[in-house]
Amino acid sequence: MQALEYPLDASAILQRKRRIRRELLQQDGLIDKKIAIVGGSTVGEVKNILELFLLDAGIRPTFWEGGYGLYYENLVYDDGTLRSFGPDFIYIHTTGRNLCGLPEPADSPAAAEEKFAAEAARWQALWQAALAFGCPVIQNNFEDPDVRLMGNLDGTDVRGRVRFGRRMNEQLAAFAQSHKGLYVNDICWLAALQGLDRWHSPQMWYAYHYAMALECVPALCRSVAAIIKSLLGKNRKAVACDLDNTLWGGVIGDDGPEGIQLGQESPAGRAHTDLQLYLKQLSQMGVLLCVCSKNEEAIAKEGFARADSPLKADDFVAFKANWQPKPQNIADMAQELNILPDAFVFLDDNPAERELVHRELPGVAVPELEAPETFLRALDRGGWFEATALSEDDRRRSEMYRQNARRAQAQASFGNYQDYLKSLEMTARMGPFDEEHLERITQLINKTNQFNLTTRRYTAGEVAACAADPACLTLYAGLSDKFGDNGITTALIAQTAGETADIRLWVMSCRVFKRDLEKALFDRLVALCLARGVRRITGCYIPTAKNLFVKDFYATIGFVMTGEDADGTRHYAFDIPGDYRPLCGVIHVEDTRDAQA
Amino acid sequence: MEQHELMEQIQAIFRENFDDDSLVITRQTTAEDIEDWDSLEQINLLTAMEKQFGVKFTLDDVRDLENVGDMADLIVRLKG
Repeated sequence: MQALEYPLDASAILQRKRRIRRELLQQDGLIDKKIAIVGGSTVGEVKNILELFLLDAGIRPTFWEGGYGLYYENLVYDDGTLRSFGPDFIYIHTTGRNLCGLPEPADSPAAAEEKFAAEAARWQALWQAALAFGCPVIQNNFEDPDVRLMGNLDGTDVRGRVRFGRRMNEQLAAFAQSHKGLYVNDICWLAALQGLDRWHSPQMWYAYHYAMALECVPALCRSVAAIIKSLLGKNRKAVACDLDNTLWGGVIGDDGPEGIQLGQESPAGRAHTDLQLYLKQLSQMGVLLCVCSKNEEAIAKEGFARADSPLKADDFVAFKANWQPKPQNIADMAQELNILPDAFVFLDDNPAERELVHRELPGVAVPELEAPETFLRALDRGGWFEATALSEDDRRRSEMYRQNARRAQAQASFGNYQDYLKSLEMTARMGPFDEEHLERITQLINKTNQFNLTTRRYTAGEVAACAADPACLTLYAGLSDKFGDNGITTALIAQTAGETADIRLWVMSCRVFKRDLEKALFDRLVALCLARGVRRITGCYIPTAKNLFVKDFYATIGFVMTGEDADGTRHYAFDIPGDYRPLCGVIHVEDTRDAQA
Repeated sequence: MEQHELMEQIQAIFRENFDDDSLVITRQTTAEDIEDWDSLEQINLLTAMEKQFGVKFTLDDVRDLENVGDMADLIVRLKG
């Protein structure tokens, strides 16, 4: 919703929250999540406004709110109410106001150090207790204080309150790096962004115990929601970039590659260069870069051949420099990359092009770009690529897509698709879920929309619980071929009971569609079932707006439909025949456990 | 500003805040009369009034506000 996009109009959001909520609740396909909020100050509007940002992301929250100021008691000494709520997320809404045992100028440096150590231990006990609930925990870090007793020395001396909070932030960051499941909401940065004079409101604190001004609450909530969205795989995946006057200044068709503004020689050139550098680093986080420009391709590529161009033509996984309408180009690229158009952010300096894309493809994010020096900030503040962890797969994603392009070229040289698949010399490494790959498996489960038969989402804790459950069959697979390694691309969870195994979850990344990996995985599932005396496999297809692709999947691998619910959910069963013949003959399968031995 | 004009603007703030275009506000209206008007909402209403009328309430100002009439009088006093 426009009202919830950057730049935020905080007072409009606060005043119209009921109406915004009413409108957002009318959306289809909302997913329900349980969110526990514990606080060290008034939660009130924080909960109300957080609900808006989550609804806007398609998430309908049910809240459990701790007692006023009881964040520590609620988590460390839970009387069972929080545990029985079964939160999907815990948000610890504490601030610098909740730092206790603060040092004073009268303390000796050693005493001040002891105070810090004691307070650090208190917070670590809190984080440990929160993580024991087994769901992601979001913890605010600590903003700088409103006043500084010692002036500048407050940030330097161990007895300074400013120094104390900053050291605690460092402790929190180190803890978050070494403990999976703890995510820091950086209110230190947010408060700086808003300005401490705006962030701190003595009146709101003394009268209502709000730790920040009401007008800063929307920015806070947007930040918390961004973490939750990211954890639920709701980030954007690609940026489609216009070229002329967007990635560089000027028009390359008229000015030539030497004439465009890029590099350190002009103010606009420096601004475009920084935008390119930012995009290049986004691609290192797994964001796919695409060109969407009205240009001749050969001329457009000359711009990236400049020595001072940070981006090179092969940094892009798709390059559309042509005279087609841009919405068409974006739709085509979405299809080629096997992602949905609403996974795109579109950067274009031309308001008419932006309007066209917005109208034709309303799901695409289209930031308002005004002057070149503001482009970078507009892209950054959009919050479309909030990262909660950087996996090896993220770093390699663009390379994988480029390999796919080479596979597509190879495919063109084969008349028969099975011959092409054989020529890829594919190897799948399969095994039950293991600790080492839990993060990637969880990410895959939560990000996959198209090949996802049930769209059930699992937290890292739930995935670990499945892996440890002897009645649960879990399988994941990575796929490599002669062009490269696709990494872990498919996962399956089946619950066994007697002679039946019920497939609770089956996902596969669009990166490896049409490679028969799903058949190889099913062959392995059948073998595992037979080994433990399971004779019947059941599964269901739960329709969503995005998984039509697998509507008939079970039927294509030999399942029989046993029923269909009013909501379109289809139930299937497969009785394993005594003479089961493997479905896949084009992938060599290795066991991950053999590789480790 | 005329009294009725002030009351109309206050009513507009209430209508927007409570998402109810049929809400009618008088000087006698209190938190008892509007279901969602709690202490939390009071802060929102006061913040909206500060913005609308270009005034700033102190802790003292907002301590004993009994009804909408008190709010209107406060705004008139601060605007001078």
